[in-house]
Amino acid sequence: MAFLLLSLVVGVLAGPIDIGVGGILESVAARLRVPGVETPLSPTEEAILWEIRIPRVVLAALVGGMLALAGATYQGVFRNPLADPYLLGVAAGAGLGATIAISYLPDALRGQRALPAAAFAGGAVAVFLTYAVGRSARRERDAATLVLAGVTVAAFFTALQTFVQQRNSETLQQVYTWILGNIPSTGWSDVVLIVPYVAVATVVILALRRVVDVLNLGDDEAASLGVDVRRVRLALVVAATLGTAAAVAVSGLIGFVGIIVPHTIRLLSGVGYRALLPLSVIVGAGFLVLADVIARTALSPAEIPLGVVTAFLGAPFFALVLRSTRTGA
Amino acid sequence: MTAIRLDAVTVSLGGRPVVDGIDLDVAAGQWLAVIGPNGAGKTTLLRAIARLVPYSGSIELDGRETGAMSRAELSRLLAVVPQDPATPPWMTVGEYVLLGRTPHLGLLAKEGARDREAAARSLARLDLLGFAGRRLGTLSGGEKQRVVVARALAQQARIVLLDEPTASLDIGHQQQALDLLDLLRAESGLTLVAAMHDLTLAAQYADRMVLLDRGRVVADGSPLEVLTETVIARHYGATIDVLPVGERIAVVPRRGSSNT
Repeated sequence: MAFLLLSLVVGVLAGPIDIGVGGILESVAARLRVPGVETPLSPTEEAILWEIRIPRVVLAALVGGMLALAGATYQGVFRNPLADPYLLGVAAGAGLGATIAISYLPDALRGQRALPAAAFAGGAVAVFLTYAVGRSARRERDAATLVLAGVTVAAFFTALQTFVQQRNSETLQQVYTWILGNIPSTGWSDVVLIVPYVAVATVVILALRRVVDVLNLGDDEAASLGVDVRRVRLALVVAATLGTAAAVAVSGLIGFVGIIVPHTIRLLSGVGYRALLPLSVIVGAGFLVLADVIARTALSPAEIPLGVVTAFLGAPFFALVLRSTRTGA
Repeated sequence: MTAIRLDAVTVSLGGRPVVDGIDLDVAAGQWLAVIGPNGAGKTTLLRAIARLVPYSGSIELDGRETGAMSRAELSRLLAVVPQDPATPPWMTVGEYVLLGRTPHLGLLAKEGARDREAAARSLARLDLLGFAGRRLGTLSGGEKQRVVVARALAQQARIVLLDEPTASLDIGHQQQALDLLDLLRAESGLTLVAAMHDLTLAAQYADRMVLLDRGRVVADGSPLEVLTETVIARHYGATIDVLPVGERIAVVPRRGSSNT
């Protein structure tokens, strides 16, 4: 919790225009209508703070928390430590949706609304297909079947996406940037766009967090402990996927958060899923806010793609965690 | 009283009947050993009773059809100790045993004082109170087995199905585990159904044996009635001697006389 608060503060403070802590605090107080306090900031600074920086930090927190939570959920539900939020084809579907939007939509429509909507739709279609393919397997309708169906659908959508991309090579740069992921500075509109999905997904998953530990024992044991495995798994997967699709729609494909955050927590604290899931939200949110700070300040005014930052920082850190916990867990 | 009643239960896997028209009544408080050669359908029969495989026919627990129950209802009546249970290494013994309370909780509920009490009681019964904070990854095979039984006990079901409960244990821990189950049965009136490979061990504990071969019941009775040289020769293809040991019997293979 302290980690999240700290990273939020850093996120709000950092930026090309220096706004002091005092100024920000007074501005917040003024917004909260604390009597006798007036904002010391100029209208420009006010706008930067409230229309660019704070929404961007909030958005990064939402996306990071969601990706980490979805990753932890998939790992528990599919009993696969390598499961990430993109397991069931969300990424490939969203990638195709975004590529189509970037390549074919007229500029006027290509604004802020169309791209996330297309990415979200692509992700949702891909996961629906994954589920349909998995269900059609006559024999074992178990978790592994669904994962294989996800791999199949992802391969197919990636092929389509590559084809569309090659046919429209003039948009290559834009598509590529989207795929590498970044948190846009689009004010509150993206926050408003994804909050409902992220909120519903988070509430559903956290409400079911005890059952994730039961599911992690395997289908048979969970069933003999009284859990309706298929229905509960579906609820969890739908929630995690919906939330991921929303996150991907605004931020592109930010890799690594969904795998590294839950595993770091587990390696360091060795907790079961009921504690791991809420912790993933907090640490994931904090991690992505910090990563975004680095992405937008390290080479300022240029931005480094966020996916590059998460992997560049995350990989060595994770290697360190692995090394220091050789004997544990 | 009848705890379990099977009527013409058939399970087909891959188009082949693995369990083939089994009728069976198990009295409450009975210890039933299900024996039979590899592939006879022992595990599948247990899985059908626990409603983990689709079957045709009828299975009743305490006079109620299992197919008409919810998963949670069924799990409050019947606990399963699988042959190879998942034991996540990071989970503590206390957390793991608390998972046994799942059928008593709503999907969204947390464990309450009653659940903690039930888990603590079952830990105490299995002499595991000092283990509550230990992680499963640090336990030996015998300790793990006890922890899994403790979880089944915390479920407070009257019927417990065990699939090869002693398969991975040495003879000392086999005896310990089975003595304990016997004690629990006597104290709490549990009905035990255990699939077992070790015939001598099964004969020491079970008061009834059902021999399966190719999915059918081919012998049913006390260990003395079922474990005869002719029956074992016919269904296991083994040449054995049955030796009396006190009031029970031991099954000893005769060297160099397998019919290969």
